[in-house]
Amino acid sequence: MQAGRRNFCETAIYVLVSFVAAALGLPAGFYLFGSPRNETPNEWIDAGDISNLPAGAPRQITFVRNRVDGWSVRSTKDSAWIVKDGPEDVTVFAPLCTHLGCAYHWDTKAGVFACPCHGSAFDRKGEVITGPATRPLDRYVTKIEGARLWLGKSKPSSES
Amino acid sequence: MLSALVRKSREWLESRTGTETSMRRFLMEDIPSSAGWPQVFGSIALFLVLTQALTGVLLAINYTPSHDEAYRSVTYVMREVTAGKMIRGLHHWGASFMVVCVVLHMVQVFLYGAYKKPREVTWLAGVLLLLLTLAFGLTGYLLPWDNRAYWATMVTVRLASQAPLAGPYLVKLAGATEQLGALTLSRFYAMHVLILPAVTAALIGFHLYLVRRHGVTPGAGPHGPDDKFYPRQAFRDVLAIFVTFLILFAIVFNDAAPTERMADPTDTAYVPRPDWYFLFLFQMLKVFRGPLEPIGSIGLPTLAVLALFAVPFLDRTAVRRVRQRITAIGMVVLAVALWSALTFGAMAGSPPRVASAALAGIPPQLTQFAADELAGVGLFRREGCGGCHNLVTGEPKEGPNLAGTDLQKPREWRIVHFNQSNRAAGGKGGASHLSLAELNALSVLLAKLTAEHGHELEQAPQQLIDGAEVYTSHACGSCHRVNGSGGEIGPSLNGLAARRDRQWILRHFAAPQALSPGSVMPPYHFSKTEEDAIMIYLLSLPQ
Repeated sequence: MQAGRRNFCETAIYVLVSFVAAALGLPAGFYLFGSPRNETPNEWIDAGDISNLPAGAPRQITFVRNRVDGWSVRSTKDSAWIVKDGPEDVTVFAPLCTHLGCAYHWDTKAGVFACPCHGSAFDRKGEVITGPATRPLDRYVTKIEGARLWLGKSKPSSES
Repeated sequence: MLSALVRKSREWLESRTGTETSMRRFLMEDIPSSAGWPQVFGSIALFLVLTQALTGVLLAINYTPSHDEAYRSVTYVMREVTAGKMIRGLHHWGASFMVVCVVLHMVQVFLYGAYKKPREVTWLAGVLLLLLTLAFGLTGYLLPWDNRAYWATMVTVRLASQAPLAGPYLVKLAGATEQLGALTLSRFYAMHVLILPAVTAALIGFHLYLVRRHGVTPGAGPHGPDDKFYPRQAFRDVLAIFVTFLILFAIVFNDAAPTERMADPTDTAYVPRPDWYFLFLFQMLKVFRGPLEPIGSIGLPTLAVLALFAVPFLDRTAVRRVRQRITAIGMVVLAVALWSALTFGAMAGSPPRVASAALAGIPPQLTQFAADELAGVGLFRREGCGGCHNLVTGEPKEGPNLAGTDLQKPREWRIVHFNQSNRAAGGKGGASHLSLAELNALSVLLAKLTAEHGHELEQAPQQLIDGAEVYTSHACGSCHRVNGSGGEIGPSLNGLAARRDRQWILRHFAAPQALSPGSVMPPYHFSKTEEDAIMIYLLSLPQ
């Protein structure tokens, strides 16, 4: 085979294979890593009547939310920790430790939120007392209408 | 520095795995100088298998093989996922390309006599791969779980049940002893993504091994010294793959993979049709009727497959030039003519495919709802129910969200609630003026409302809602069936756009008996607004 013809064939093979690989690879990449068109709607969740909730020690509350989960929307039970310091003064924490996502609890004796997995502890304001967690507990955006508490999205404390 | 690192890495990899040597040996395979363009189809088929595998894996990561989620997951891929429509299109049309390519490859091998000694087993493996390709098509057809998938598979399962001896076992294996359901879907899925790929991969490996062992069949008569596969034949293969890929891409962009409405086992008006490469079987059943049916459904296809297996053992003559193989050419022409006649016969009898909802600019998922549900949304909007309630989400309001889980009240309670002033309309005069049909529509909406349906209903265009309201207020559903609900005195209205045009329907409204002698339908005289609304609704109804 002549050298010129051979070069042409070799170059064409590389170009065509690259084109086909890109035309398949790019959509595959977008498919895997692109965001779905309809993200979870930014909805408010009714977390219930908090007028009878005593101020002081944190309490765990449970509520039902509609969660967009891929191709289905499910009603799931969810929970949060609420710290009430007055009728309008509440802070609501997402129920998972900011270290590796274990569920923490309120240790009444020590007066801290304690994570049983790796020993992180947080104070009433969600600030880290002991690690390995490095950032405060995530908080829900909240609003109070009458006696009812409404929860928005949960965000890292620094963003709220 | 960098080039030295690359060179060292290559040397290390080569010393441990020998991949570079193997690759060079593969590319530098001796091939007869007579090889050329006719030999490209095997490579295209292999490329298409790889494309199907890639797109199949991508689709599988967004799919649930359960009868209540499969359809939703497929529509999710089509509507929500970035490039989802393209990936499903590549998989859907790629399957058709696979069939075409495998058949062309077999025709080439057949015409060139490349199945002859010592290549008989290569041919047998190829026939098995053709059957596996068709099995992929058959099992994959059910997975979107739309009406087309459901009813076409139902016919397939019933046909399989006619197989002598094996029939009942095949039906049991398909989990379809009564009707198609969760068992059938999960078994077809397992077959499609686990068993068939494993068997196909092994068989392709064996097929390629045999091709390498015996080499590419040399042409008859004198030819020059052997050539190497790389770069000349490799270039032909790659160019053929590239052109195939361009055509596939053009089709994918031009025509989205079809999705009909969700499988409805109660839809007795649906006429199922298989994919185009099985249409010849569909048409053959029209030729062999009654007691002769098993001849068309089982007998002849089995004979055809056996004949394919027997080819290398029946024809043991020496390899000859293609032009001298008159019998072989005659057989191919006859097979193509028979297949074409049956396929075109079936296509001529098919209703035209009309993307009616798309024509009206209505998202197809909205055409899946019952008329009452859509009309209920219209009332919800018009009667000011939104003053106190959200359908699904929104700013908190006095009344509960209607898609809430605690709203499963009995129908009687709901009717009373709608009639109570200052409750249903947030103090705007009540809803006591609503007709029974309207109260019923609201009631049906609430009874069927779920969070996920609610999201879709919230976005329903008003023109579709208006049409559904005209439909319910004239009680069309008392006689006609739509999306599985309604009466059965008149025909189902699903797929109406494929059967009738706007003018015919309007003339039918004015004088039903003139166009449908014997019809018990009374004449309807709509206002222009009502006419436009109900036309949009009726012509958007899915198959």
